[in-house]
Amino acid sequence: MLVSLNWLKNYVNIGSISPEELAEKITKSGIEVDGIEYVAEKSENVVVGYIRSCEKHPNADKLNLCQVDVGEETLQIICGAPNVAQGQKVAVAKPGAVLPGDFKIKKVKLRGVESNGMICSLQELGIEEKYVPKDVAEGIFVFPEAVTVGEPVEPILNLNDAILEFDLTPNRADCLSMLGVAYEVAAILDQPVKLPNPKPAMVEEDAHQFISVEVEAPEWNPYYGAFIIRNVTINPSPLWMRNYLIAAGIRPINNVVDITNYVLLEYGQPLHAFDYDKLDSDKIVVRRAKEEEAIVTLDEQERTLSNEHLVITNGKEPIALAGVMGGLNTEVTEGTTNVLLEAAFFAGNAVRNAVKSTGLRSESSTRFEKGIDPNRVKLAGLRACELLEQYADATILKHVVEFDELDQTEKQVEMDTTEINKRLGTELETKQIVDILHRLQFAFEQHDDQITVSVPTRRGDITIFEDMLEEVARIYGYDQLPYTLPVGASQAGALTNKQAMIRKVKSLLEGAGLMESRTYTLISDNAVSKLISPEIKEGQFVPIELKLPMSEDHKYLRQSLLPELLRVISHNQARNQIDLAYYELGSVFLTKERELTKQPDERLRLAGAISGKWMDHPWQQDNKTVDFYVLKGIVEKLFDYLDVSVSFNQAKIADMHPGRTAELKLGDKRIGFIGQVHPSLQKQWDLKETYVFDINMDEVFYAYTPSLTYKTIPKYPSIVRDIAFVLDKDVLAGEVKKTIAEAGAPLVKQVDVFDVYQGEHMEAGKKSVAYSLVYQDPEKTLTDEEIQASFEKIIEDVTQKYQAYIRS
Amino acid sequence: MREQLQAIEKDALEKIANANDTKTLQDIKVTYLGKKGSLTSVLRGMGKLSKEERPVVGELANQVREKITTTLEEKGEKLEQIALEKQLEKEAIDVTLPGRPVKIGGPHLLTKVIEEIEDLFIGMGFEVRGGPEVETDFYNFESLNLPKNHPARDMQDTFFISNELLMRTQTSPVQARTMREYGGNKPVKMISPGKVYRRDTDDATHSHQFTQIEGLYVDKHVRMSDLKGILDTFAKKMYGEDREIRLRPSFFPFTEPSVEMDISCKVCHGDGCSVCKGSGWIEILGAGMVHPNVLSMAGYNPEVYSGFAFGMGPERIAMLKYGINDIRQFYTNDIRFLKQYHNA
Ligand SMILES: [Zn+2]
Repeated sequence: MLVSLNWLKNYVNIGSISPEELAEKITKSGIEVDGIEYVAEKSENVVVGYIRSCEKHPNADKLNLCQVDVGEETLQIICGAPNVAQGQKVAVAKPGAVLPGDFKIKKVKLRGVESNGMICSLQELGIEEKYVPKDVAEGIFVFPEAVTVGEPVEPILNLNDAILEFDLTPNRADCLSMLGVAYEVAAILDQPVKLPNPKPAMVEEDAHQFISVEVEAPEWNPYYGAFIIRNVTINPSPLWMRNYLIAAGIRPINNVVDITNYVLLEYGQPLHAFDYDKLDSDKIVVRRAKEEEAIVTLDEQERTLSNEHLVITNGKEPIALAGVMGGLNTEVTEGTTNVLLEAAFFAGNAVRNAVKSTGLRSESSTRFEKGIDPNRVKLAGLRACELLEQYADATILKHVVEFDELDQTEKQVEMDTTEINKRLGTELETKQIVDILHRLQFAFEQHDDQITVSVPTRRGDITIFEDMLEEVARIYGYDQLPYTLPVGASQAGALTNKQAMIRKVKSLLEGAGLMESRTYTLISDNAVSKLISPEIKEGQFVPIELKLPMSEDHKYLRQSLLPELLRVISHNQARNQIDLAYYELGSVFLTKERELTKQPDERLRLAGAISGKWMDHPWQQDNKTVDFYVLKGIVEKLFDYLDVSVSFNQAKIADMHPGRTAELKLGDKRIGFIGQVHPSLQKQWDLKETYVFDINMDEVFYAYTPSLTYKTIPKYPSIVRDIAFVLDKDVLAGEVKKTIAEAGAPLVKQVDVFDVYQGEHMEAGKKSVAYSLVYQDPEKTLTDEEIQASFEKIIEDVTQKYQAYIRS
Repeated sequence: MREQLQAIEKDALEKIANANDTKTLQDIKVTYLGKKGSLTSVLRGMGKLSKEERPVVGELANQVREKITTTLEEKGEKLEQIALEKQLEKEAIDVTLPGRPVKIGGPHLLTKVIEEIEDLFIGMGFEVRGGPEVETDFYNFESLNLPKNHPARDMQDTFFISNELLMRTQTSPVQARTMREYGGNKPVKMISPGKVYRRDTDDATHSHQFTQIEGLYVDKHVRMSDLKGILDTFAKKMYGEDREIRLRPSFFPFTEPSVEMDISCKVCHGDGCSVCKGSGWIEILGAGMVHPNVLSMAGYNPEVYSGFAFGMGPERIAMLKYGINDIRQFYTNDIRFLKQYHNA
């Protein structure tokens, strides 16, 4: 809503407060003023001039030489506008004037002849092109009505106006009208409101002779008023009205259209004028549209309607889509003389349905949708009649022809001082509250601390005590409220075990070199089926699709974090950022329903991706490109850190390198995978060799128990023994390790691979793997005999199970 | 004999002093103290001495031996020291060459902001709670006083999956869920950070996915002044003790009265600049007293319980704090962007 301060001053005295100060006060009281616009930045030294004479320039065909009376003097001005003529009253920028755009007017010579000023167009005076009425858009502006020569044009053309741009919250529909704004500003400044009191003179002839009104859908149209207006003369509207409309961001058209727009802005009540002579009947019937019924609206579009639409008809066919747009068949045009003026109350949802299906959103529909004041409907009609009478030479017939089931009663809200103070934390006295009600101009009854407020119908947003609480608080001033801290029992806040674990995991991964990423949950058709962890893949989950996605890229809910994580890798590598390591924690969404009827499972997963060089220290030739084992080391460290044991098992997983991928198991449960992205997918997604992991963190959390008890540090020394086996090259080192650990239990505490050899000193198809074994007994120092016995058992088990032998 | 011994001592010490390497010292030791050394041969002549003279000369011989031995040792240590220093000199390296890099990652900037806020509220006794990102219409809208057909419920803004399921547009459903879980008879003091979704086209200021942190405090006798106190404490800790806060009336369907909180602009301190669009204030969060409908729908009697709620956007907070001008940066994850905030 654009609020012209000059217009506002008609209803409330704002004193000498500056627009900026007023904006600040309004903002602090609850309506955000987004900005202040001045119609013209500057227009000093621009006055009304009278063109005494206008002749051709002696040396230029297209220029005119004018003698212009500007009051104390007559100026010779050269003007190039084709519409300039003797006898006009025009806006003259005298030498020394500065026009918008810092355009300085000076005495100049044009083709040898002196010119002492400029005759201006509205655009040159600072009126935005889109608001300039069409009849004065070309050439210089000529005053259409009586103005005094020599007077400054600033007030006449409202160039000195400041316009406040209100950013209204949906509850404050009352301020979609100048009167509503006046009440608001009056309450803030503690001033009275002066309201217009429309009393159009009406002729004796009764409108009922010419029209009848029937409403078949009163739930959507509880009030319909029809005024019959005769002998309208279509003309430009008066300058003051045009000024206000321009200030409010509406381009003036003609008096009838301008008056309905003016009243719309003044009262917040949309009106519609029909050409009575085109009505083709003498009745108005308001009803729901029939299925497939059609109307051609003013914008010449044919609209197909349904039962969800409310239409105004002439008893036969629709002549308007209620509250949204009139029909072309009854349009008011230059030739119109008799008008049926509609002032009605249409229900918000009826209008909303029409706006939704037609896409027609207008100043009118917005107001109906948000709710209008039931007490202003008829009043606004009367106001329009009064203005039509005055500015369109119209004759108003007696009586409003109406259908009226409108509830105009005021809501009663109870409040008491104690409760208000208890809720706000204040120590207000009843008389302060009463004073606030006076400022708001709300009627009330008071008994001691008990106050019953009759909420004016213009404030449809106030229905309960808490709404009144806000009114009291905001007029009192939110900045006046004290600062307190809650008095209730205070508990200690803390992260849950899971949240704490997540933070540990994050800091471990970051310390290990991974950067956290945050990517999109919604992904493309192409990405949604990729890189899904095998236990999810086998679950036959259905990708969840949005009903109305904004783009193909964000259409499905992810089942894996990896496609997006790889998008990050590829984005960076395309920008020559090659060496990358990322992780992300986030939910994936799983359901087996084709049509979702209940919420999907949301599982927390941890994914990581690394690519490029892991270590780059060239001058010492200490470089390392990422490989499976770099990433595995990080994942192993993570589980080690959480004290959760997992196993890695060779696996073939879709979209992954068939020989460089492992599945992760926690006990018997599969919880994710790790490996190299399949080279063809790497190619397709523009990735350098990239390794990824993906882990179900919910499962990890179930297995995680934060260490709370002290474990004794062993007193007795541990003993390390090494052993190397020659194995078939396909035997997995991890399997052998398992066998060693089992055979050596309970004395063998740790088994680590420390060397793998395959090559010229080894027979074909064989490899040597060396293990180091840590022996320890918590109770005593181990003897050589004990160790030897265990060692022999290990050798026996491994050699038998894997047809291995000891490398010497 | 006495003269002989003295001469040996003098001679040996002179040689030791002139020695420059350990080999020479070794030779000196053999020459004077060895089995065939000069001192030994002198001592062999002891037998010729008288009974009285014998212990005196013996004593002297021992002194000479002692003297030569310690001098030899001292000289030896000294030579070793010199040799070591020479050796170390040769081992010198170029300390200006770069070290072996250590790979360190880091949290996403949004995570930093979120964790900072979490920690602030945990410090004030709040718990942190999460909830589903695919929500029901009931929890996302209806339980928050946004019944179907409510004008403030702009359906165009919501990603629906079915008529009843949607991508949550706010994290406040977590509040409704928590209140229900708490059963209407114990205080709730929580914040809920998380991802939310809106049907927007991604551009510099809009993102179809973003994060929110919402807070809720419900108890008997919670006052609007408590909301002011908590928000002030939060703002000063988060943005600095010198920042002013301002509350303005606003509108949210789930709170009444509703509040918009501004903080004074750190760039211009209230005089107005381009950062604060000339107003001197920067909008930082929305808040209000929990609407009685929201309380009663969650099983709390609004006659007995009252509360406040607030919500803020970590992206906006980070953008203001670090002067980031494109929200998409948070989701592009360009490494050069993320690394900038290592030490933030
Ligand atoms: Zn500023």
